[in-house]
Amino acid sequence: MTGLDVDAHVNTSSTYVHIPFCSAVFPYCDFAVVAGADHLADRYANAVVAEIGMSEPLSPLEAIFFGGGTPSHVDPSLLAKILKALSDRHGIAGDAEISLEANPEDFTDVRAVEIQAIGFNRVSFGAQSFDGLVLSALGRRHTGAEIGSSVEAARSSGFASISLDLIFGTPEETEESWARSIGLAIEAEPDHISCYSLTVEPGTPLARWVREGAAAPDPDVQADRYEFADSRLSDAGYPRYEVTNWARPGHECRYNLTVWAQGEFEAYGNGAHRYRHGARSRNVRRLDAYLDRVEVGERPIAGSDLIAGWEHEIDRLFVGLRRSAGVRRGPGVDAFLRSSHGMRLLEADVVEMSDDRLTVIRPLLTDEVHRAVLGLADPGD
Amino acid sequence: MHGLPVCNVTHQTRIRNFSIIAHIDHGKSTLADRLLERTGTVSERDMREQLLDSMDLERERGITIKAQTVRIEHRSTDGETYVLNLIDTPGHVDFSYEVSRSLAACEGALLLTDAAQGVQAQTLANAYMAVDAGLEVIPAINKIDLPAADPDKAASEIVSILGGSPDEIIRISAKTGQGVDELLDRLVKDVPAPKGDPDGPLRALVFDSYFDAYRGVVCYIRVVDGQINTGQKLRFMATSETHEAAEIGVMTPKAEPIQTLGSGEVGYLITGVKEIDRIKVGDTVTTAASPAVHPLPGYQEPKPMVFSGLFPTDGDDFENLREALEKLRLNDASLVFEPETSRALGSGFRCGFLGLLHMEIIRERLEREYDLDLVATAPSVAYRVTMPDGTEFLIKSPQDLPDSASRESVSEPYVRAMIITPVEFVGPIMELVTKRRGVVGSMNYLTTERVELDYELPLAEVVFDFFDQLKSRTKGYASLDYEPADYRESDLVKVDILLNGEPVDAFSSIVHRDKAQDYGKSMTSRLRALIPRQLFDVPIQAAIGGRIISRETVKAKRKDVIAKCYGGDVSRKKKLLQRQKEGKKRMKMVGSVEVPQEAFVAALKLDED
Repeated sequence: MTGLDVDAHVNTSSTYVHIPFCSAVFPYCDFAVVAGADHLADRYANAVVAEIGMSEPLSPLEAIFFGGGTPSHVDPSLLAKILKALSDRHGIAGDAEISLEANPEDFTDVRAVEIQAIGFNRVSFGAQSFDGLVLSALGRRHTGAEIGSSVEAARSSGFASISLDLIFGTPEETEESWARSIGLAIEAEPDHISCYSLTVEPGTPLARWVREGAAAPDPDVQADRYEFADSRLSDAGYPRYEVTNWARPGHECRYNLTVWAQGEFEAYGNGAHRYRHGARSRNVRRLDAYLDRVEVGERPIAGSDLIAGWEHEIDRLFVGLRRSAGVRRGPGVDAFLRSSHGMRLLEADVVEMSDDRLTVIRPLLTDEVHRAVLGLADPGD
Repeated sequence: MHGLPVCNVTHQTRIRNFSIIAHIDHGKSTLADRLLERTGTVSERDMREQLLDSMDLERERGITIKAQTVRIEHRSTDGETYVLNLIDTPGHVDFSYEVSRSLAACEGALLLTDAAQGVQAQTLANAYMAVDAGLEVIPAINKIDLPAADPDKAASEIVSILGGSPDEIIRISAKTGQGVDELLDRLVKDVPAPKGDPDGPLRALVFDSYFDAYRGVVCYIRVVDGQINTGQKLRFMATSETHEAAEIGVMTPKAEPIQTLGSGEVGYLITGVKEIDRIKVGDTVTTAASPAVHPLPGYQEPKPMVFSGLFPTDGDDFENLREALEKLRLNDASLVFEPETSRALGSGFRCGFLGLLHMEIIRERLEREYDLDLVATAPSVAYRVTMPDGTEFLIKSPQDLPDSASRESVSEPYVRAMIITPVEFVGPIMELVTKRRGVVGSMNYLTTERVELDYELPLAEVVFDFFDQLKSRTKGYASLDYEPADYRESDLVKVDILLNGEPVDAFSSIVHRDKAQDYGKSMTSRLRALIPRQLFDVPIQAAIGGRIISRETVKAKRKDVIAKCYGGDVSRKKKLLQRQKEGKKRMKMVGSVEVPQEAFVAALKLDED
């Protein structure tokens, strides 16, 4: 973490672009995604370009993140079109981090070169696992071997930063298969690794299966897997910088750092969330509604929450405490330290106060910390 | 007081005062509705189901909790018009005290039996109570329209209990109205007319009261001797208070003010008194000018049998809880309470109830009608402790039991229980009773198929789910009634429950030594299932004195994080966590442990076997 001033990212000029298209929708996924709607991709790219044109200009972008969905699933020319619109509207800084999410099976040598040529310099692979059983249970189409070759392809085509997403706690996973996945992930030598636990999100097929009697993920097993990953990854030179993210120093995802530093950022596409002019707002989630709105020249905003006064301070803690570096002292931290819930968390060594920063030292209990933060009363009231 | 009907009071020979005694669901409320309708007391337009059960809870549960009264005018076949006062009675074992109050105001009781189900223990106990009170008991068999009706069998059960001839028993259907007119005539013929002294000094019995937010305390009274007039100065003989009769009237069933109530009549009295404690149900009202010498025979004070602590979840609600209890007590003289402090639960009240249903109803009313969020502790009975120096005292809370070294002995209340059941369930019932430390008494055949069993049991064993167990072992066919017997010495111990090493007073319980081990085990394992995982391991122990008899551990929570928090989706996550936080409000902090409110009544649901 040395040299990383996480709070400085509050000023990073940043944007998110949502690409909803997927080859298939995975049973645990609750993002705003569509499968089998590729014929809409052109129209969608034009709509995003139009939405960019309707937004207020920012200073030249230092972090751009294409998420989804699967940005690698659409034709690279569409991504290029959107990048150009961003550049026209805001400008793009020379050393900007330009990131996209990709499926390993999409990332052939040829495709890697194409995407790199457009301007992307960071790729985040939805690897999920190196175990065939786990991958097929998750409905993924790639193999463990393909992950290695896609990382190779990205590396040789000149991507400056490569990330792997892994998922743990699926019913098919064993202690050994998870250890093997972590080992193989480290062997592939990415710059950044994210590990997410399988969660049962309402409205997903997984939620229905669990309701109908399928085994729900066991929180203790997931805790074991997380702790194993955390220790293996730090030993291998990937310190954890956020609850679910580990990186070689200097390869932390700049776009996410902006979010966690409570920096403002723009966002485009259906279901995208932004933080601009002191408000957290979101776009309409349905693809057709998004297209309809943008195509008649309307901004596709579905709702907005103004984050002001005490709520702004609570929000700073809320996002900032996900980071290993925690948050610097302020009125919110003082209120936390005075609250009975906060005191209990300190006593149980869930959080710690040192060097004038409040940090979560048992990251698996972050939600408990968050609930305490949300319960803090404004001392001015 | 202008404009009130100054008609002559009804002569006693034209008055019939009666109650209906019936088991739950045997059709009492339906019959009452039908009587009102047939006599034109309530027009069809104003009729709604179960008119007399005015509380929501009563309608929902299909039971009567509060006694009600209604004046019916009936033109009999002899051509005369009679005033019939129906004094409604509750139909559950917990409310026998209310029944006795209602009976004290009557000369007759209609014993209503379901033609399909036959006589039930509850009804029988109340019928005995009516006979003991010198009332004329008029049996009637209801629901003869049901396909499963067997009125002949029900009649022979009644005859074997009360004597008489099966032919004399009137058969009706309250639902269709069949036989209801004959029943009205029978009431006129068989219920004795009141025999008070119309010229003597006023003596009227306060047999019930309720609190009206606008009018203050409203008393139901039965005039025995003399008459009562609006505007009169009255003396309440037990409290020695003097109040004016601001309004008197009759219930038709709406309150209708009148000038005078004569001897034998039933009506209401409003004095303007607003304070809860100043009018005592059971008191005798006389006039201040020429008071009676002796009050009417009072009936026994209600004795609470079951005690439980009620604590507001929010400590700031303590005073609101007190006020609410005081208001409820106005309508329910059997409810007693005194402040209690628990280390675990803060300030609340130790409340005494007639039984478990009564307890449940009070708690539900406090939560519903007074919007209070409450924690209730496991019910307990009153134990009698004898100290080495011979002093004796009652304890109503397990916390107050002195340790075994410093006390001489402990006695517990026993009850005489009457169970009526089809013969085939006698075995399972005996097994249950033995398990509950019961002593088998007699067994009497009502018919060849149904028997009445008499037992003596510790009350403590009856108040915990005994009735539920009885029902489940007899497919719902057995019925139960019980009355207090005496205190008997028992080998009792206090089982304490420790959370995180700290005894939690609200979880302590007094149990028989032979059952302590099982009880401790079942409490700790139940609590382990009820207490959510915390930030640290929480040991749960059961102990007698300093000796641990069972132990379980709630393992520390290790993972509580929704890992996925991509990009900017901060608002949604905040809202989700906010909702979870709201859900945690029904938790009570006990020391450093979050305990859900249900845990405090866990002991109520201890599994049999």
